[in-house]
Amino acid sequence: MLALILILIPLIGSLLLFSLRGSNAGVSKNVALLTSLIEFVIAAYAFITFDSQTVVEVKYAWMKDLRINFHLGIDGISLLMIALTGFLVPLIVLSTFKFSYKKQESFYSLILLTQAALMGVFMAKDIFLFYFFYEAALIPVYFLAALWGGENAPRITFKMFVYTMFGSLFMLVAIVYLYIKASTANIQELYAAAKFISPASQNLLFWAFFIAFAIKMPVLPFHTWQPDTYSESPTPATMLLSGLLSKMGVYGLIRILLPLAPVGLSDSGFIAMILSVTGLIYGSVIAIQQNNIKRLIAYSSFAHMGLMAAGVLSGTLSGIQGALLQMVAHGINAVGLFFIIKIMYDRTNTRDLNSLGGITQKTPALSIYFMIIMLGSVALPLTNGFVGEFLLLKGVFDKNAWLGGIAGLTIILGAVYMLRMMQRSMFGESNQVTAKFKDVKGTEVAVLLPIAAVVLLMGIFPNVFLKITEPAVNSLLQLIHP
Amino acid sequence: MYPILVLSITGIITLFLGFLKSKKVLLPATLFFVTLAFLANLYDWNKPGLYFNNMLQVNNFTILLSAIILLSAFLIIGLSKGFIDDDHAQPAEYFAILQFSLVGAIMMTGYQNLIMLFIGVEILSVSMYVLTGSDKRNLRGNEAALKYFLMGSFATGIMLFGIAMLYGANYSFNIETARAVILQTQLAGRPVYLFVGVTFLLIGLLFKVSAAPFHFWTPDVYEGAPTIFTTFMSTIVKTAGFAAIYRILEVSFSSIYSFWWVMVVIMTVLSLIISNVTAVSQGSFKRMLAFSSISHAGYMLMAVIGLSNKSDDSIVFYSLAYSLATISAFGVLMAVSKEKLVDGRPDESITVLNGLSKRNPFLAFILAISMLSLAGIPLTAGFWGKFYVFSDAAFRGHIWLLVVAILMSAVGIYYYFKPIIAAYMRESEGEIISIKPFYKIILGITTFGSILLGLFPDLLRSLM
Repeated sequence: MLALILILIPLIGSLLLFSLRGSNAGVSKNVALLTSLIEFVIAAYAFITFDSQTVVEVKYAWMKDLRINFHLGIDGISLLMIALTGFLVPLIVLSTFKFSYKKQESFYSLILLTQAALMGVFMAKDIFLFYFFYEAALIPVYFLAALWGGENAPRITFKMFVYTMFGSLFMLVAIVYLYIKASTANIQELYAAAKFISPASQNLLFWAFFIAFAIKMPVLPFHTWQPDTYSESPTPATMLLSGLLSKMGVYGLIRILLPLAPVGLSDSGFIAMILSVTGLIYGSVIAIQQNNIKRLIAYSSFAHMGLMAAGVLSGTLSGIQGALLQMVAHGINAVGLFFIIKIMYDRTNTRDLNSLGGITQKTPALSIYFMIIMLGSVALPLTNGFVGEFLLLKGVFDKNAWLGGIAGLTIILGAVYMLRMMQRSMFGESNQVTAKFKDVKGTEVAVLLPIAAVVLLMGIFPNVFLKITEPAVNSLLQLIHP
Repeated sequence: MYPILVLSITGIITLFLGFLKSKKVLLPATLFFVTLAFLANLYDWNKPGLYFNNMLQVNNFTILLSAIILLSAFLIIGLSKGFIDDDHAQPAEYFAILQFSLVGAIMMTGYQNLIMLFIGVEILSVSMYVLTGSDKRNLRGNEAALKYFLMGSFATGIMLFGIAMLYGANYSFNIETARAVILQTQLAGRPVYLFVGVTFLLIGLLFKVSAAPFHFWTPDVYEGAPTIFTTFMSTIVKTAGFAAIYRILEVSFSSIYSFWWVMVVIMTVLSLIISNVTAVSQGSFKRMLAFSSISHAGYMLMAVIGLSNKSDDSIVFYSLAYSLATISAFGVLMAVSKEKLVDGRPDESITVLNGLSKRNPFLAFILAISMLSLAGIPLTAGFWGKFYVFSDAAFRGHIWLLVVAILMSAVGIYYYFKPIIAAYMRESEGEIISIKPFYKIILGITTFGSILLGLFPDLLRSLM
């Protein structure tokens, strides 16, 4: 029942907002915030009361003759993603409180619709339901990005849409193939059936799934839609894309690709890992060159996703556990960083590192929040990025020491571009653009404070999260290495 | 069987209603007649049987297909309000011909005898030739009608030739007898003209559903015909045509699958590639929809190739999903293009949709859902339609066909989004568009249907 409520609440909120069209603008903000807060409380309840022994499931017949069910369930991996979604969406809504977007009701309605679809993706136990929600999450974000974005948004977001749809269609073929072979759509039953699929088919399945998820994350060479989309979209849409939608790709790798194509993983996984690590280095190097902060964070996201993909594809406990932890950490950090960029842009009207600088003197609070989140992103010990990145690198290293060594460069490169960004934007002499920069207050603090707090808490107590996912990851690993 | 009787009688009544001074009664009367036929159609539910000296079969599958045809007809006729306001129009004749054409379409869903198939195809086609040219002052309409007539009668001739050969091979026009005869004879004992007959019959029918390489008439005819009849052609003719193709292949020729599947696969691949690639560069919305209809013929052929025990469900579902979305799209086009004339003709390019979200948010929403459904995006009926036909093709192991279809679906997403982008992201040029409440209701039904079937596809499939 809990699983169903988690989907229904944002869905009802979204429909309510949609029916509010044309009413007082302030109302829709509050309705959206209230809905997402209720959702957060329920997600928190699910998180606290979680027990890996009890099975939380709902199952309704969806297409009887095809044995396709509306089947939701929560295990440790799902729970982590639910918690992340529940935590981030209220913050994303709150981050928009200072601005008024046109057609607010539709704007917030689409955000909540995305949340409902995301919750569905992370809980789906039926492979068609998974696909259904996976696609459904994209449509509202596409409209958010295209309709409220910058001048070039229609063209750029269209590219994103066609790109990701193209990838998903490969996944659809793979799903249909598996479904016909195993004549079941239940993911758990498909795991058992996957063993009997020939190695040649498994390799094709591996690539079909990998392309779909790699485009979503994105992983080299499927990333070309990402920097433009992230920088042209309105900030809430960018937050959704980088904080949550990209995680659907990693989640898909863990939940769908690894257990359904284990032979494909051992045959082709290494090539995919090389792609991911290349993307990681490539993204980091480009991020060092960037002067537009939003693009810089976009490339840093791309680099982080590459490491997560490599960790998952290593097929080791530490790699997958690290990826799960890093998904949460990166989601939170990305939302925080994009929000800070938004704050800077609203006050100075520029995202250019050359025109910024000298902000720290006037903004002690913003500087501290920025510093904490930035250090989380650099993966300093005692911040949330550290444990995840460490485990990821260990996973890659266990698989192949050379690749692990190359991936380890990310620690240095990450520090270079992040510290460069911090130093060029915040420190130094203030100029006429930044002279009247005001410190954060009100709702801005309400967004940044929880994020900064979680960055530290997760860094100090990573075990809370690792413990939750460990049983689920172990049972997955038994399927991969029987 | 009953809808055939009902529509034959009401068609004649409609002709006489044309003598009345007031033309206002015609539209409600026709809608009433179609509803009557729809109800008569449902009367036979769960009462399968053979009628007219074993010429026509009625079972739940044919009833569902007829129901889709009649429902589409009801919705399309409901949208034709603006058409009769024209002084030169002869609404009584058009409505009568429409009803007669439905008789042909329904015959094609349940024929048990090849003669019945031929009569059905001819009734439907001849009606369509007339309706295509119904806008007498429009030169392109006349050209389209002539083109359609010449090529259509040629295709009918080939089909008749095929039927004659099949008669020679099987000594009967009855499709069940044909099945039995084919099963009894050994491979070597089968006459060559059996295979020639199958090929010719297929060519004739594939022409009617505008599958490549027999699609050349489609864009010109679709563009030239009045939009209301284009809608009719692209939904009802297609549903009836696929019902006929599936029926003959499933009943008579399933035992010689190895003979015809290669041919059908080639036609499917051609349909998918030619239509989708050409549609990308179309500036006219109506031409784009014409190519889209060719591509959907390709997708539906995938269900035919699958010929699994689920193929009939797939064809029913796909027909309905496709018809609903197409009626919405053409409905929006009709409402929008009326406002702006270029060279005395309604402007039917994609740019006419610019800024539709500001000029009429309702129409923009209808357009968006219909394009999403045609593109096969989840949450809409089109997605499940695609999923079912893909599953059918996968059932026979045609993985490469699936890959082609997937690639072409991706291309499809590209051009189906052009109207959405025009409607939501381009600046508006025209005035605010107002539409009549009845028009709104019809478009509301089609869109609601697309979403409902997208969320609960079992609603339709549980009927089977």
